[in-house]
Amino acid sequence: MKAVTKSSGRIEPIVFHTINTIFMLFVVAITLYPFLHTLAVSFNDGSDTLAGGIYFWPRAWTMENYRAVFITGTIYHAAFISVSRTVLSTVFGVFLTTMLAYTLAQPQYILRKKIGMLFILTMYFNAGLIPNYFLIKQLGLLHSFMVYILPSLVSAFNLIIIRTYIRSLPAGLIESAKIDGAGEFRIFWKIIFPLCTPVLATVALFIAVGAWNSWFDTFLYASSDINLSTLQYEMMKLLGSTMSTNNDPSALAGNQHNQMQALVTPASIRAAITIVTAVPILFVYPFLQKYFVVGLNLGSVKE
Amino acid sequence: MSDAVLDKQVKTQKTRKRKVDPEIGVSLSWKTLKMQKQLVFMSVPIAIYLIIFNYAPIWGWLMAFQNYRPALSFGKQEWVGLQQFKFLFSDETFMMVLRNTIAMSFINLVLGTVTAIGLALLLNEIRAKFFKRIVQSISYLPHFLSWVIAAGIVATSLSIDDGIVNIVLMKLHLIKEPIMWLSEGKYFWGIIGASNVWKEVGWGTIIYLAAITSIDPSLYEAASIDGAKRFQKMRYVTLPGIKSTFVILLIMNIGHILDAGFELQYLLGNGLTVDWSQTIDIFVVKYGISMGNYSLATAAGIFKTIVSVILVFIANYIAKRLGEERLV
Repeated sequence: MKAVTKSSGRIEPIVFHTINTIFMLFVVAITLYPFLHTLAVSFNDGSDTLAGGIYFWPRAWTMENYRAVFITGTIYHAAFISVSRTVLSTVFGVFLTTMLAYTLAQPQYILRKKIGMLFILTMYFNAGLIPNYFLIKQLGLLHSFMVYILPSLVSAFNLIIIRTYIRSLPAGLIESAKIDGAGEFRIFWKIIFPLCTPVLATVALFIAVGAWNSWFDTFLYASSDINLSTLQYEMMKLLGSTMSTNNDPSALAGNQHNQMQALVTPASIRAAITIVTAVPILFVYPFLQKYFVVGLNLGSVKE
Repeated sequence: MSDAVLDKQVKTQKTRKRKVDPEIGVSLSWKTLKMQKQLVFMSVPIAIYLIIFNYAPIWGWLMAFQNYRPALSFGKQEWVGLQQFKFLFSDETFMMVLRNTIAMSFINLVLGTVTAIGLALLLNEIRAKFFKRIVQSISYLPHFLSWVIAAGIVATSLSIDDGIVNIVLMKLHLIKEPIMWLSEGKYFWGIIGASNVWKEVGWGTIIYLAAITSIDPSLYEAASIDGAKRFQKMRYVTLPGIKSTFVILLIMNIGHILDAGFELQYLLGNGLTVDWSQTIDIFVVKYGISMGNYSLATAAGIFKTIVSVILVFIANYIAKRLGEERLV
């Protein structure tokens, strides 16, 4: 294809590629600017930020915003809850989804279609928020940590991705292991699971990002319990308070951080928490990139 | 398990495989279930989990036909038939909410698809692999952030006194005064659409780019022999080449037309823009959780689910008739 595009005219390709490159740089700029701005604000003196004119670089360097964020115990606990729910959801989610996918990938398994259908339907079919709320209540999961883990363990989308991948593995692997006398679980755990690494990295990323980013379940099921607050939920509360009290430095600083009232503002604290909340994800995703591109495409393969 | 049993299992599975087509031939019998009990142990508990968390709540749909009061036991609830639904569809707020949901969903769907395909086409033309990869990686970075962070970023960028959007527009002399973007309802749908593009366009391109790469290169060669220019090749080779991907994604998304999103609207909406920002999901949270009107909120939820399922089946049927790839 490259050779083909090169051969079409002389000036046109140069013009096109120049414009295209400029457009791509524009896309990059629009995507990155908000982060650089937030980063700059998070390192800039709060009251100085109010004067405006902060773009890519802090004008009055300070660590006070981060100090203010980390001075309260809430943020540590919220971070702990966020990390725990993310790790547990990912570990259990990946294990159970893969185990189920393994069974559903066996062409001779008689419940394959029935269970598969049950899962596919959930992609469009949802009992709705209120009935779900009542279920959570009846199961005694309100105000409990398990509400973060249990309801979202296995999703149809991830299941399809992994199942498609397992089907693409040579069937002889499973056959020969069976002849050697291995049970289904043993085959799954010793052979299939290790072979699925690329697709599992994808699914793990999906689950982890979902768990890390979620705030609505805290809002719905555990909002009255400060011990179950997550980083995202703290962000959400902060967003609410800063949006309604635009540029009123005392609104938040007055409540929680009396001692540094003059130095930090809601906007600067929000910037600092944004960075704290975003950084773990920004660190993880470049490493998993090559996997999720493959994984996502696998999921789109029609069976 | 003893070796004899295992042997037997292996043997029967093998013979059965030879005898009958597994797709149609195996009937659901206790004998086969027993033979496959390891698979059953590995899958049925998870299926039961699924039934509890996804299907058991359907029982709660009964609330929509009642005047549910939490204080009373189930037997003592007052049954009101379709009254909740009638109220819903005669309620002005709900009609507005429905309009908002469909409008924002439609904007997101069209804008999201067009920009994703557009970016994929342009990315595909970039020859420097390294540059291409950098642009791609950066473009889907926002996808991984939560809507809470995104909402904060949107709010900051649109802020009246130091928001980058107002600054740029003023420097370009497109506006004279900074605009209070988030305080006026008429901007709200556009802001939601633009924010969605910002967050998801890179992610959306992944699948289209993969579809483009899988197009047979000889088609391009044939096209250039016929004298096709770059844009003609895009129009006559690339776009038809990604059609099936487009159709599948369209079917999948049509089922979610009443999911305009919840988080961004909830986080960015305020009293001034409520007539444009409230979606069905926000309506449900507001009436159900905050006001305790469980029956009405459940009715709204049922409406949403049923519309989604019907839409998916219609879209799927149409795709089938047109000879396109389909989902179900």
